[in-house]
Amino acid sequence: MRRLSLSDIAKPQLLALAFILVLNWMVFPGFFNVTWQDGRLFGSLIDVINRGAPVAILAIGMTAIIATRGVDLSVGAVMAVAGAVAATSAVAGQPLIVTLAGALLVGLACGLWNGSLVAFLGIQPFVATLVLMVAGRGVAQLITEGSIVTFSDPALIFVGTGSVLGLPMPAVIALILMIAAHLVMRRTAIGLFVEAIGTNLSAANYTGLRARTVILGLYAFGGCCAALAGVIAAADIRGADANNAGLWLELDAILAVVIGGTSLLGGRFSIPMSVLGAVIIQAMNTGILVSGLPPEFNLIVKASVIILILVMQSDRVAEVVSRRFGRMTTRGK
Amino acid sequence: MTTDNEVVLEARGIIKTFGNHAALKGVDISFRRGEVHALLGENGAGKSTLIKIVTGAYIPDGGTIHLEGQPVSFATPQQAQSLGIGTVYQEVNLLPNMTVSDNLFIGRQPTSAGIVNRKATDEMAREVLSRYGLDIDVRAELSTYSVAVQQIVAIARAVELSGKVLILDEPTASLDRHEVDKLFQIIRTLKARGLAIVFITHFLDQVFELSDRVTVLRNGSLIGSERIDALNRTSLVRMMLGKDLVQHHHTPVEGQAEGGETLMTVRQLGLTGKVQPIDLEIRKGEVVGVAGLLGSGRTEMARLMFGIDIADSGGLHIDGRERVVRSAREAVDLGFGFCPEDRKADGIFGDLSVRENIVIAMQARLGWFKALNRDEQMEIAGNFIEALDIRTASADLPVKLLSGGNQQKVILARWLATDPRFLILDEPTRGIDVGAHAEIVRMISRLREDGLALVVISSELDEIVSYSSRVVVMRDRTLVAELEGADITPSKIVQSIAGQAGEPVAEVTA
Repeated sequence: MRRLSLSDIAKPQLLALAFILVLNWMVFPGFFNVTWQDGRLFGSLIDVINRGAPVAILAIGMTAIIATRGVDLSVGAVMAVAGAVAATSAVAGQPLIVTLAGALLVGLACGLWNGSLVAFLGIQPFVATLVLMVAGRGVAQLITEGSIVTFSDPALIFVGTGSVLGLPMPAVIALILMIAAHLVMRRTAIGLFVEAIGTNLSAANYTGLRARTVILGLYAFGGCCAALAGVIAAADIRGADANNAGLWLELDAILAVVIGGTSLLGGRFSIPMSVLGAVIIQAMNTGILVSGLPPEFNLIVKASVIILILVMQSDRVAEVVSRRFGRMTTRGK
Repeated sequence: MTTDNEVVLEARGIIKTFGNHAALKGVDISFRRGEVHALLGENGAGKSTLIKIVTGAYIPDGGTIHLEGQPVSFATPQQAQSLGIGTVYQEVNLLPNMTVSDNLFIGRQPTSAGIVNRKATDEMAREVLSRYGLDIDVRAELSTYSVAVQQIVAIARAVELSGKVLILDEPTASLDRHEVDKLFQIIRTLKARGLAIVFITHFLDQVFELSDRVTVLRNGSLIGSERIDALNRTSLVRMMLGKDLVQHHHTPVEGQAEGGETLMTVRQLGLTGKVQPIDLEIRKGEVVGVAGLLGSGRTEMARLMFGIDIADSGGLHIDGRERVVRSAREAVDLGFGFCPEDRKADGIFGDLSVRENIVIAMQARLGWFKALNRDEQMEIAGNFIEALDIRTASADLPVKLLSGGNQQKVILARWLATDPRFLILDEPTRGIDVGAHAEIVRMISRLREDGLALVVISSELDEIVSYSSRVVVMRDRTLVAELEGADITPSKIVQSIAGQAGEPVAEVTA
């Protein structure tokens, strides 16, 4: 009964990823080479999932927020705060568990702050999270006292650079988080509630949904995801850089969610598709890097590919295509 | 009323298909200058689709449109508008936060050196509206006026922009009797000016009062297009339903109020500025009908009972406790359900499936972790789709694709799934076709027999009389009368609504 659309033939995101990977392979024939060395996998493909992990983790937290017609602009800044907390904790000689818990708690607090502004004070998400986007970096600088705090705690560094079963640790964390978040959304009623709230908040209130609690929870989860991404980013460079950690990554995360097919107007969402969106973005970045093109091209190519994907997702384009397609089949009969 | 007015807009063999569903199967229709043409049909008959096609909102899959003899095809509503076809939708789509004159002239204000000349705009707006008998401050925000005024502004704008064909999609749905009369006056003036007017409504009285010609659609096909003097009510209803419908038989509900045990007592429930403190007893197995004009506080009272607004005086006495419902959540936990007046804004989750729309309240009551899996959802939804005869191709169809009557049934099913003991229905039959209307009225009676307590708000007195065990009448944000037994008649209700205020309420035609 559904209208025929492109996404019924093949997910445009998968087509886009395949297209980009093939393009990468054409400019860099060694792109698909994966080697086993020192107990772990190496290669451009592995690099894509490793480098893409922080944005993927941000996108996991951002997806349901966007599905409720919200947005969290502060995730990049929260990454910096959590990274600063983790670094100072490691420098102080705290064990990994304390470091991680501290960073995640700070992320949770940031998320609760955002969520309270949105859910209870009714501030527009864009403005509400802008507050922390700006203030967060200040907080991070206060924690690091203006310098880059470096650490050498091997346990913390492992989070950013280690490997499990040959796969890079950040990718493993992102994968586990994606599966867990997806299951929580779909095996409990939360996913349905999120989609209901995003589709019609007023009707959700009339139905007796605890919309505010759900929204608060989503921002809190988003904060935790950002903190986790922040710890990984800090562990990767063995230091917390309050000015540059996670800089502009909120935009990549939003982009990943949108590429994954979740509408900024709220409603239906898919966390795995958002992660796929993050991988697409990273595949582009890596492709341009390995191709030897000047990195300045990155932004332009990224923009073009994004436009392409959005056009493929557009309802209007789908309508035109299906009309053409429909006419051809009727003529054929 | 000449018999051969010139045809302005003519559509022939219009076909439109959505997926596998044929919305229009080759429909012919023509609109004539100086004629009011009523377009009738049950929900889902194809009225809206047809209108959207002649106004350029949809592109037809087949057929031709001729405007004043010339073949045309509209790619956008703007194009249709510029060629002379103006539309006023049921939900007024103007800009509520801009002034009346902005709304009338936006995009074409008189300018001097590129700067909008406000004075001239306001002057023009005043002049235009005076032709509609409206003398209001055109510099005030549109939202400060009633829906009726907004509707007139919308009509004025459409006529100013277009001027050949004016399409009114259920213009009277949210107006009271006075406002309807005023609107009809305006329509008659426009008709005399030579406009072709298309009028979509569900009220048969209004069809006979206003129209010159009637076209009936059913299931996407043209059933007939007749001059009104060639028709009577029965033949018209037969055309619409394809069957004879028992019409307006007043069976006063007597004696059934007995035996109902009290579910709850509303005590001095009120909210400053919205509802004066109200006392009311709600009994099991009873329908309390709420009558009153728009703005009389009917909906506001319901919102207080359900915790959408929080009362600042009084409360409910239920289960041996005194309490104030502070959120819909609490109301749902008490076993209440509420079908709101504005289905689209407050009722349905348009993009979600029929299945999800039905199970959502039940799931909200179960909480986050006791999730119904897909099979359970399917079973619940399937049961209600069958029991309430919800017409949908599948339970997975987005609910926004269903007709208004079926959407209303979905919302009803949503609450019935929570096994409620008290249901509030606010205008449950508004904007619903005759067939679904009768079904909903029957359903209300059945629920009462099952022992539910119901409060039903409605503007249709015949309807209220037919199912209510008691009727309360509201006026000026307060409860002014409670009618029982033999007193429940349309004329008594009208008397109570009119009250000492002595407002000349037009006798309701039955």
